[in-house]
Amino acid sequence: MSELSDLYQEVILDHNRSPHNFRKLENANRQADGYNPLCGDQVTVYLRLEGGVIKDISFQGMGCAISKASASMMTDALKGKTEDEAEALFNQVHGMLVGESEPPANGRQIGKLSLLSGVSRFPARVKCASLSWHTLRAALKGEAAIATTEGEDRT
Amino acid sequence: MDVQRVRGDFPILLQKVHGKPLVYLDNAATSQKPQAVIEALNRYYTTENSNIHRGVHWLSEVATKEYEAARDKIKEFINASDRREVVFVRGTTEAINLVAQSYGRTFIKKGDEILISAMEHHSNIVPWQILCEQVGARLRVIPINHDGELLMDEFRELITERTRLVSVAHVSNALGTINPIREIVEEAHRRGVPVLVDGAQAVPHVKVDVRELGCDFYAFSGHKLFGPTGVGVLYGRAKLLEAMPPYQGGGDMISLVTFEKTHYNVLPYKFEAGTPHIAGGIGLGAAVDYIRGIGLEAIEAYESRLLAYATEALGTVPALRMVGTARRKAGVLSFVVGQIHAHDIGTILDQEGVAIRTGHHCAMPVMQRFGVPATARASLAFYNTQEEIDILVASLHKAIEIFNRCPN
Repeated sequence: MSELSDLYQEVILDHNRSPHNFRKLENANRQADGYNPLCGDQVTVYLRLEGGVIKDISFQGMGCAISKASASMMTDALKGKTEDEAEALFNQVHGMLVGESEPPANGRQIGKLSLLSGVSRFPARVKCASLSWHTLRAALKGEAAIATTEGEDRT
Repeated sequence: MDVQRVRGDFPILLQKVHGKPLVYLDNAATSQKPQAVIEALNRYYTTENSNIHRGVHWLSEVATKEYEAARDKIKEFINASDRREVVFVRGTTEAINLVAQSYGRTFIKKGDEILISAMEHHSNIVPWQILCEQVGARLRVIPINHDGELLMDEFRELITERTRLVSVAHVSNALGTINPIREIVEEAHRRGVPVLVDGAQAVPHVKVDVRELGCDFYAFSGHKLFGPTGVGVLYGRAKLLEAMPPYQGGGDMISLVTFEKTHYNVLPYKFEAGTPHIAGGIGLGAAVDYIRGIGLEAIEAYESRLLAYATEALGTVPALRMVGTARRKAGVLSFVVGQIHAHDIGTILDQEGVAIRTGHHCAMPVMQRFGVPATARASLAFYNTQEEIDILVASLHKAIEIFNRCPN
């Protein structure tokens, strides 16, 4: 039961109930769709990029509590960050989700996102948490194709 | 049928998951294997392993005999009139692709129509879409009502002089609906249209008699029928199979090969290129023996009582909405619980030892029809018990409790 409480922490359930930045960004200049064929989760990430800085970010879509909370927390964490900082954060969060890095090692940079570390003990749920991040990356790169979590290592 | 005795035949059911007894309710994805099947695989690899249909040595003769005996068991099981009508394939998916590519590419032309239903598994949608692209045919879809039943009046309208094939599920994997196959076949045959039945979800639960159904093709997988993965069956009327070109070329499907011309083997071998899944075929034969030992009538009666119990028990869970409420149903319970996503339910249930499927069940159009992104699905087999249903219900209450936790 403790692993389950790690996964479904209060903060995560809160983000699921009332996700932050959950809307279409009208003045977005980048956007990408993400799709998880395993469970049908869908997400669209909108970005307002100005001079390499994420001025605004939002998302829309449907998915489980983990995918919604992850996307919601991602938008909180990235507002005002540069593209390079976003890329670095992607790598840190991804490493944490797949269990390659421990949250305390980078806890300072990733802040609240370390609450998602419980996901690493649920291999089947890693893709739920990483979907919005893959989609963010596609949006930053300006890729038109739909981002998917296929090819994600599942241990 | 004594369920406790039957459970003793399935060693995996003794397994503990996260320290709790396994409650396996994902039988529509794959079924568990009785000891008799495991032993058949073991015996084959321990004492009979060799290639079939080509060796003059003793082992090859034993293996060939066993493999062909399995074909005969399956022929009896589905009451086919001729063993030549039982083609071993990898599974339902390959069986449907075989018909699409062999029958379809030969007999379906530009402007023709193929009729499927709104409750099909992707494996009975995509092969036809591929065929339609190849030949310029059009895919048409029989709609369903809100209970998940085919709209038969619409079906009668949709079947026209352009229809060349009807392909429908016998039992829906996502909704549990048992479709009126005989009625569909009668209507189609009245217009000279052949019918393929996707029987993957039907053979483990209802008595299937292909001659009584009257269908032209019937496809199913071994692994959902308590047999091994990687083996399945395409039943086809001999007349149709004879008119069809081979699906794949290779060894075993030929009678004479020269560089100028190749003569194909007789049925069913024309469609069985290459070394097949010999152990799988033999294992499937053992599964069929096992099921016939219990009797499908007994299985049907037990499962229908269990389904009624489970439907009522799930009805007591707050905010639970059943997706698929057809009058004639097999043991599939697809549902959503309030705003809790199916995936989250699946994870929480897993921690209680309860294995269910969550997601779109390879039937995304069904999810779209019912306006849900995903459902949780508990699917029954004859070794499931009422106690297991009680554990499922208690675990759902736990999921609701976790999601209703209020911040202080």
